Order: sequence, then structure tokens, then C-alpha cells
Amino acid sequence: MTREAVVEPVLPEGWELVVGCEVHCELATATKLFCGCRNGFGDEPNRNTCPVCLGLPGSLPVLNEAAVAFAMQLGRALGSTVRGSVFARKNYFYPDMPKDYQITQYDQPTNVDGFLELPTGARVTIERAHIEEDTGKSTHVGGSGRIHDASYSLVDYNRAGVPLVEIVSAPDIHTIDDAKAYVAELRAILVTIGVSDAKMEEGSMRVDANVSVRPAGSDELRTRCEVKNINSIRSLGRAIEYEARRHIDLYNSGQAPRQETRHWDEANGRSTSGRSKEDSEDYRYFEEPDLLPLDATADEIAAIDDAMPPLPAGRRRLLTDAGVDAASAVILVDRGHDHFAAETIRVGGEAALVARHLVHNLPDGPGEVDPAALAALVEMESTGALSSTQAKTVLAELAASGGEPSAVAAAHGFEAMDTGELEGILDDLIAAHPDEWTRFVEGDRKVQGFFVGQIMAATKGQADGKVVNQLMQARLAG
Amino acid sequence: MAERAIGLATAVRAGDRSARSVVESHLAVIAEREPDVHAFNLVLADRSLARADEIDAIVAAGGDPGPLAGVPIAVKDNTCMRGVPTTCSSKILGQWRPPYDATVVQRLHEAGAIAIGKTNLDEFAMGSSTENSAFGPTRNPLDLDLVPGGSSGGSAAAVAAGFAPLAIGSDTGGSIRQPAAFCGVVGMKPTYGAVSRYGLIAFASSLDQIGPFAADVADAAALFEVLAGHDPLDSTSIAEPAAQVSGVLDRGVEGLRVGVISELSGAGIDGIAADVQDRTRTAADALGAAGALVDEVSVPSTVFGLSAYYLIAPAEASSNLSRYDGGRYGLRVDGANNEAMNVASRSAGFGDEVKRRIMLGTYALSAGYYDAYYGKAQKVRTLIRDDFAAAYENHDVLLSPTAPTTAFPLGDRTADPMTMYVNDVCTIPSNLAGHPAISVPYGVGASGLPIGVQVLAPTRGEAVMFQVAAALERTMA
Ligand SMILES: [Zn+2]
Repeated sequence: MTREAVVEPVLPEGWELVVGCEVHCELATATKLFCGCRNGFGDEPNRNTCPVCLGLPGSLPVLNEAAVAFAMQLGRALGSTVRGSVFARKNYFYPDMPKDYQITQYDQPTNVDGFLELPTGARVTIERAHIEEDTGKSTHVGGSGRIHDASYSLVDYNRAGVPLVEIVSAPDIHTIDDAKAYVAELRAILVTIGVSDAKMEEGSMRVDANVSVRPAGSDELRTRCEVKNINSIRSLGRAIEYEARRHIDLYNSGQAPRQETRHWDEANGRSTSGRSKEDSEDYRYFEEPDLLPLDATADEIAAIDDAMPPLPAGRRRLLTDAGVDAASAVILVDRGHDHFAAETIRVGGEAALVARHLVHNLPDGPGEVDPAALAALVEMESTGALSSTQAKTVLAELAASGGEPSAVAAAHGFEAMDTGELEGILDDLIAAHPDEWTRFVEGDRKVQGFFVGQIMAATKGQADGKVVNQLMQARLAG
Repeated sequence: MAERAIGLATAVRAGDRSARSVVESHLAVIAEREPDVHAFNLVLADRSLARADEIDAIVAAGGDPGPLAGVPIAVKDNTCMRGVPTTCSSKILGQWRPPYDATVVQRLHEAGAIAIGKTNLDEFAMGSSTENSAFGPTRNPLDLDLVPGGSSGGSAAAVAAGFAPLAIGSDTGGSIRQPAAFCGVVGMKPTYGAVSRYGLIAFASSLDQIGPFAADVADAAALFEVLAGHDPLDSTSIAEPAAQVSGVLDRGVEGLRVGVISELSGAGIDGIAADVQDRTRTAADALGAAGALVDEVSVPSTVFGLSAYYLIAPAEASSNLSRYDGGRYGLRVDGANNEAMNVASRSAGFGDEVKRRIMLGTYALSAGYYDAYYGKAQKVRTLIRDDFAAAYENHDVLLSPTAPTTAFPLGDRTADPMTMYVNDVCTIPSNLAGHPAISVPYGVGASGLPIGVQVLAPTRGEAVMFQVAAALERTMA
């Protein structure tokens, strides 16, 4: 899952989007939240079960302290107040929930009042991040694939009792890009602190979007719909846009959406109506009598803060402060290549070139190149000792087998062409293509690329494109 | 009543008596009287004989099978025993066989006790007469026309009838102590968390405790010591080691401060029968004569206990019993879809009292009613704890009747649930507070039926509670 550069789909004039996200993340503990069963993905169905996670009569939950520690770490990474908490039962009947109640946190969650700073600069309030158990996984066979018209259903309880954190944002998100950036940023944090693998495609990170619209400039909160079954960041964008447009169309035709849960259908690019919130169930929350209230001591919280690794926002800031552009910084941090980039810059590599090589030419990481070698390569390139094409070739070899950039360049016979030689080639080209040259002189900058390309072909890529450009500009000025 | 557990275990451990002969003699009593009493849902004859042979082999090999070696014990049928049908006296569980042992079952096994059968109860432990059983009522062995009390009526009756020297029950609002009083045996509810609930099929999780039945206080103490102790599988289990109580039984009550709870002894609550009040007073006087400092003490909020209990217990039960939905085990009645199957299974599987309490509890937790009912009941619970704390500032133990009346005839109170609920008025406060309490048989009432006197103690006060109970028992001798 990488962040995609997308063109923001624009809502019709006069409307503003209002989105809040509920994100469920499975915590990457070795065992489940209330029993010793393995917390694993993809195992044979119902293999990782016991009396507790099957909710058998007489069984009792015992809290997994590792899950609590992970949740508290996440809370601190989100700038939350981490505090003592109480587990509650959320009562409702569903076949994939063995006890027909879910153990969750209700009015006293572990984490409250956090926030997330997006790369765009937007700040999203995180109301709470609470601990709860996952349900089993149902597969409804027959009909539409949903429970109401299925012929039968299969339930895999391997997932039942897997620890989750549910992260609830305020309705602070007003563009589709920000919604996507929010989820991407959350994922980056989860992965950075190592509490979840946060894979949307495997369901270890699940995003529900509460979507509404309002007239631009207003601060009202209109009826929202909760869109579920969103399986990727791309789907999130599509689902929000679809839902927002649906609401706007309803308002424009004098109607209003009704509050409900909707099911995103990725294949058909639309959402369908689910449970209506008006006849929604009363979950009859009450304190879970089988578990004790949970403490969060100042010492525990201090220890978490001390052990906190650098978080994505801070890591991006480190790069931009060193001269890397914001977009590259996002990519480098997402890929985890930011530390290498910062180190290369520190030993003298020019920030823009370092970032460009890492983003475009080393998407899988630096391989055998060390920061000093990349810095040296970038130096050769910026002084014109290597053309950018040559630099790319040398870099590929360095990444694969290491070595000194100058030695690798020499082995390839890469030497900077002298300017006089290039002037001669340019003279020949102008003579051969007088019409194109006239267009260039008259200001058609597009033909510049034609001349650069011709020179590259003539020199078998040894010319430095930058130098060629300079020569052409010099002739114009002259 | 037959032989006592401690004597039997001593003889078996010494090799003076075989566990097989102990089990056989109890099976013989069961064969004779069980058809009338119906204490058991299931008698584990073959299984207990096989276990007796194992114990005899251990003794023969010079080993020690444990403090309850060879002692038959009746186990309330809401306690999970691996591979043995565990029904809660409900149709909804069908012939469900737990794949695991309750912690107490494990502990009993390790102590050498032999589970001789699963005893009848009010369905899911909801009731005070053992008439709410899907498998028919248990009768009081002292008079077959009378109820044995409940919900652990089968366990109380089993000890009273001599089917087993020991039994375990569960006590949510008095379900051990009240039937013990009705059947003339000792029954004790431990401090909440003293005995593991792992494997006890939940009725009301914040109130349920497993505890012992025995013919006398010493046996009850010995059984309590086996049952109690920290269990990592129960988060509400007390971390500290349980109190050792057998050693204090002979200490007497010289200088101990005993408070008779005025609200539960006639003054505060209507319906405490005159003979019950009499015997409680006699017990207090006897303790005074034995050297205790006895006075009356007011624990004012105990009068609200019953009302609070009948909100908290059903609320928790409504959630605990949700899992019986026909989907995974037990009774399934098919329906057009999943929800219809849930409804049909639950409608057919639960009895009236269980349904009544699920409805009560669901209502008490509902949005808009929570604060007025469940929330307020929790406040009463705090108040009761505070009042007890005040009473224990200058008392070591408290005293009250166990039940307002002696055993009543079968069918006498089934028509009006409220008259049945009142049975628990003296026992409920200890559950709400999480405190230990024990019912000691203390003579008979006007109709010649046994009356129990209850000794209450603060949290983890089992030692002083047993000390006073043993002294009280001696005043009868
Ligand atoms: Zn499990």
C-alpha cells in the first residue's frame, strides 16, 4: 500500500465534504486478547480456538498484557491521553460472535483526545482509540453473499478474540485526499511502532468512513452514512466520493439521506443500503464483570514515551529540513528509506538528487550502496562528471554489487564529454534540422527535448543533459 | 447423615478403608433413595468407581491421593466436567459435554475427591426451590413433600440424604446457604474471588461464587481449603493465597465481637418467621455464653439488597445467557433464517423463570432505563458495602438468619415469583458486598424442620467466620 498521487475529484460547487473515520487495527500480538490461542492470519479455519475464544459456557477471559501495551503505545504515538480504563460488554446477536456480546471499552477507553498531523498539514482529532476483541469471520454462501439471503454460512473463529484497537476520528476530514492521507498516515504510524502489520487487503486494518456533506462555509453536521467494506485506500477515495455525490444528489432533488450503514461494492463502484440506524440495536453496554479495571500508571506511560521510535511526521520533517521536497519525504518515510536519505545528505549528498535517486531509481532500497557512495555519485553528477543517465547506470550496479562510484564509472568508460566536442555535435544538428532550430529560437521550448535526445543518441548517452541545455540556452542568449 | 469426609479421607489415606468401598456404600444409598429425592441429573457410578480404584492404587503404592482421598462429592450441574454432560438443568444445553474441567473440578481431583454425580438445580441457578429445573424438582430428603431450597437444592439434598459427604454448589444470592438451611446441612459462600469461577457456567458474574456443602463445619472447612486459591484463568480471582481455616476451628469465641443484624432479624424486614427469629436469638445468646461480645447492629441498606439484586443479577444474566443461541452447541430449533433459529431455539430451550430474568435484565440495561435501574442498583451495592464496612469497624462477624422461613411445600410459591424471591433477603447482601457467609444448622423450628443461622464476615474473613461457625455448632452439641 503506497500513497498514490491522485487528482482530487472535485465535488460540485458549493458543497463541502465531512468525513470521520473508524479504523480497526489488529494488534500484532503472539496470542489473542483473552486467551492463549495463536493470533495468526491464514491458518486452517477454526484451528486457533479454545473454550475462551469460542465463548463456551463457563469460560472466562484473561487479558493479554501485550495487547494493552501495544494499545497504549499507539495512544501515545497519536498524542492521546492514556489513562485507566474499563472493559464493557456490547450486547448483540451475531453468529460470528461466540458469546453474543463483544468485550470492548465503552465510556472509559484507554486512549482519548489524540490527533494526527497529515503531510498536507491538516490536523485530524482522534477522539478515542480503544481496545476490543475481534469477531470470527463469516462466509455467507448463496444469494448475494450477505447473511440475509444466504443458503448457509461458514464461520471461522480463528479471528474471534484477536486484539483490535478501534481508532475513531472526529469529523475533521474535508477532502478525499486528506481521508486517504489520514489512513495512510495511521498505517505508517502502526507499522513504525510495530504494533500492527496494518494490511487492508488481509483485513488487519479495516476502515469505515462516516460521510456527510454540507453547504460550503457552513459548520453544521448533516445526516451521515457509515460506509463499510472498504478494502484499500483507493476504495476509500472512491467510496467517499460516491457517497458524497449521492448525498448531494438527494439534497438537490429536495430529499435527504437517511442515517444508515452502507456496504461498499468495489466491483460496481457503488454502495448499497445496509442496516438503518433508526432501528439500530441498543447494545446495552455495561461493565464487564469478568475483568478488572485497568490501570495506566505515570511510570508506564513515561516508559512508553522513552521507547517511542521516531514517528513519520517527525521523520518527514527531518528530511524537508535537510532540503528534500515534501512529496519525496512522504514516499521515503513510507518506504522506510528516510534514514538512509538523511545519512546520505549528512555526508554531503545534495538533497534533491539524493531524494530523486532514492525515490525513482532505488524503489526497493539502497541494496549494496552505502550513504557515502551515493553521496559521491551525486557529487559526480552535480559537477557534470557523470550525466544523469550514466549516474543511473552506475547506481544500478552499485546497488547490486557495491563498490566505488568512480571505479564503476571508469569501468564503464564514462567520462564527462568536453564542452567543445558537444558544441561541434550541436552545430551539426542545427545544420541538419534548421526548421526545428528556428522553432526553438522562436520560443518553442518543446523542440529542446528533440535536440537533447539527438545529442544523447549521438554520444550514446555520455553527454550530460544539463550541460546540453546550458549550451542551447547560451546560443539563444548569444 | 452418614460418615464425615475428614474421617473417610483419613481412613482411605491410611489404607484402613478402600476408596472403592466408600464409593460403593454411597452408591448403595443413592440407589435406595435417589428415585424419591432426585438430587442428581446424572450419577457417575462407573466413573467414580474407576477413580476410586486409581486412588486405592496410589495408596497401595505408598502415595498420598490428597486431603479428600476417596471422598465422594456431588457437583452442581452448572460446573463443567470434561466429557460429562453439563446441563444447568436447562433444555437449552442439550447434552453438551464441556471439553474442559472447571478449575474446582481439577482441584477436587488433585485432592483425591471423587465426583459421584452432577446435581440438580434451578435452571441456570435461577430460583430458590430447585423447582425451576427442566428435569423435574429435587425433594427435601427430610420431608419429600418439601422443597430442598435452591438453586443448589440437589447438592444440599445429596449431603442431607447421605449420597455424598460433600457437595459443591454455587451461590449468587444465597443458592448455597438457603438450601443448606432447608436441608439441615452446612453451606458456605466464600469471599468473591476466593474460589475460581473458571468452568462455572455463569448466572451473574459479579455475584457468583462456588462453595462447599458438608454435614458439619469441619468438613466444610476442609472442602473450602481445597476449593480456594488463586487461579490465573479467572481474572477476578484473589491473588493472595486463601485463608487456612481448619486450624482455627477450636479457638472458641472468647472476646470476639458478634453483631446481630437488626434489619435481618425481624425488625427491618417483614416475613422473618417467629421460629427463625427465635433460633437466631438463641444462637446469639449461646455465642454470648461462650464468651463472645454480642450486640445488635444496624446495617440499614441491607433492606434494599433484594431490589438491587433483582436488577444486577438479571442484567448480567441477560448478557451471560445470550450465547445460547442454537448456533454452536446445545438445543437447536430450525428457523427460516439465522435470527429465526435463534428465537426458536431460545424460546424452546429456556424455562419461564430464565426468560423472566432475561427480560428483566434486558430492560434494566436498555438505553434510557440504565441509570434508573442498573445504575441505581450499583449505587445501592456501594451503599451496602459501606454499611457493612461501618458494622465491621467494631464487629468481627455478624449474625442473621439464613432464610426467612423453614422449607416450604413443593408448588407453594411457584405461582408468585415475588414470594419466591423473598427467600434470599438475608443472603443477598453478602453477595452484593462480595463477603463470605456460612449457614450453620441450628436446631429446628415449630414444625420440626431445620433452621440455619448465618455467620457473615468481611472480605477474606473466612478464618474468623469458620471459627465462630464451629463454636456455634459446638453450642448445639
Ligand atoms: Zn482461544
